[in-house]
Amino acid sequence: MFRETEILKSGSQVLPAGEDSGGAGDLVINVGPQHPATHGVLHLVITLNGETIKKVEPHLGYIHRSIEKMCESLTYRQFIYVTSRMDYLSAHINNHACALCVEKGMQIEVPERAQVIRVIMDELTRIASHELWWGAMAMDIGAFTPFFHAFREREKINEIMEETCGARLTMNYYVPGGLMAELHPDFQKKVKEFIALFKRKVDEYDELVTGNIIFINRMKGIGVLPKEDAISYGCSGPAARGSGVNCDIRKLYPYAVYDKVQFDEILETDGDSLARYMVRIREMKQSVRIIEQLIDNIPEGDFQAKTKAVLKLPKGEFYSRVETARGELGVYIVSEGGTTPYRIKFRSPGFSNLSALDHMARGSKLGDLVAMMGTLDLVIPDIDR
Amino acid sequence: MFIVKYIKDVFSGLKSLLVGMRRTGYYFTHHKEIITEQYPDNRDTLVLAERFKGEVVMPHDENNEHRCTGCTACELACPNATLKVVTKFDITPEGKKKKAIDKLVYHLELCTMCNLCIVACPSDAIVMAQTFEHSVFNRADLTKILNKPGSKIMDGVE
Repeated sequence: MFRETEILKSGSQVLPAGEDSGGAGDLVINVGPQHPATHGVLHLVITLNGETIKKVEPHLGYIHRSIEKMCESLTYRQFIYVTSRMDYLSAHINNHACALCVEKGMQIEVPERAQVIRVIMDELTRIASHELWWGAMAMDIGAFTPFFHAFREREKINEIMEETCGARLTMNYYVPGGLMAELHPDFQKKVKEFIALFKRKVDEYDELVTGNIIFINRMKGIGVLPKEDAISYGCSGPAARGSGVNCDIRKLYPYAVYDKVQFDEILETDGDSLARYMVRIREMKQSVRIIEQLIDNIPEGDFQAKTKAVLKLPKGEFYSRVETARGELGVYIVSEGGTTPYRIKFRSPGFSNLSALDHMARGSKLGDLVAMMGTLDLVIPDIDR
Repeated sequence: MFIVKYIKDVFSGLKSLLVGMRRTGYYFTHHKEIITEQYPDNRDTLVLAERFKGEVVMPHDENNEHRCTGCTACELACPNATLKVVTKFDITPEGKKKKAIDKLVYHLELCTMCNLCIVACPSDAIVMAQTFEHSVFNRADLTKILNKPGSKIMDGVE
């Protein structure tokens, strides 16, 4: 680890003990990981002056699995399942991006039924992801109960997923041309039950956390990311919408049936942790609104378009983008005309959002770093593919 | 004015805490809302979804016959080289050679339950089972042979 010593030697940033710092000096501390084999580990090297953060440097690489390289040896049907392991909380949406990119290259017309089901699944995934974020972030801040409340509702979504897709987290339900299987007969009933339940419970979330004076004091004005900086760091998703950047791919570049449903793009202008928090809470309500519009109007028809047994993309470059729970995910495929991609690049939202952490954290206290990281909603396998 | 604002803040803060405490108290007194399942104790009553992807199995009928023709479609569809088809040649009563599977080797330790082999199988020979307790003491136990010993292909499956 030569980087830490490099920080120490570069000198301009780090003060040695005893010089105009009251004898305290600057301190370089490592935050995480406890063990490199634990899941989702992020290593932050933080330079502190007293309790004030001077620099935050994230170190990546603990869970690098070279997914992009792996995809180069897999066919266009096979590589989709790997992308569930990137941002595992929005696995459906990752698969959607890959399926869209292959469909664009092959010029496959996806049946209306498949598109509607995809959007419902995506929005359920978004709710599940935001719920886990809400519970985990509240636990980071110091509230323990919200975690159980969030997981109680999330369990209902997991059950719906398990019934239709056969798995709870890495579903692999989307294939190029549509869906892998027909919906479970109980799907519509279960989703309606969940929506009715969730609408009541989301108000409980506000009672428990959003209005809480301790919570507001820890979030308001913490980790301010101005609009210009959010754009220049390439932030996307709720992290950027909290700063007032119009970046919802569902609105800007509609895919599937997002152009046929009514929903609002949530924008907050404060740019602090509370704004990012409010964006996600309000986004969950918008997701419910989208599902309500579609759940009774799933058109009849095939769930999968007829495709060839072996998929071959024509020679060229293809790009598709979707809005995951964390921001914009881009999939870029370079094809040489064969059955496997020549090169795949994923533009993951977490990486760009993490790059803004240093800018946000400078000058604030160490205890506030947790609030900033919590509201950025970092999923490490997404950052470190 | 500062004092008035200060006192207002104190009371609104207290109120927000009490609102949260009321919700906590509600769950403290309403035990029916608790949904925790005691997993190892509820094994007998645990019902998994019928589509749950636990492991790949090959169903056999009462005559110890399966539907696998040994076409290797599953092997080609698998992203992780989990399935390996080993074929042999049977001699039919007419004296002709016929291709059949000797064994279908399944590496559970490599499987990611992506369902691609099940979708690819043209004769519905393999399905997903709902078993999920896969831990064993010896790693070699995870390599399984899906067709039962002495089994043969069903009549009429090509």
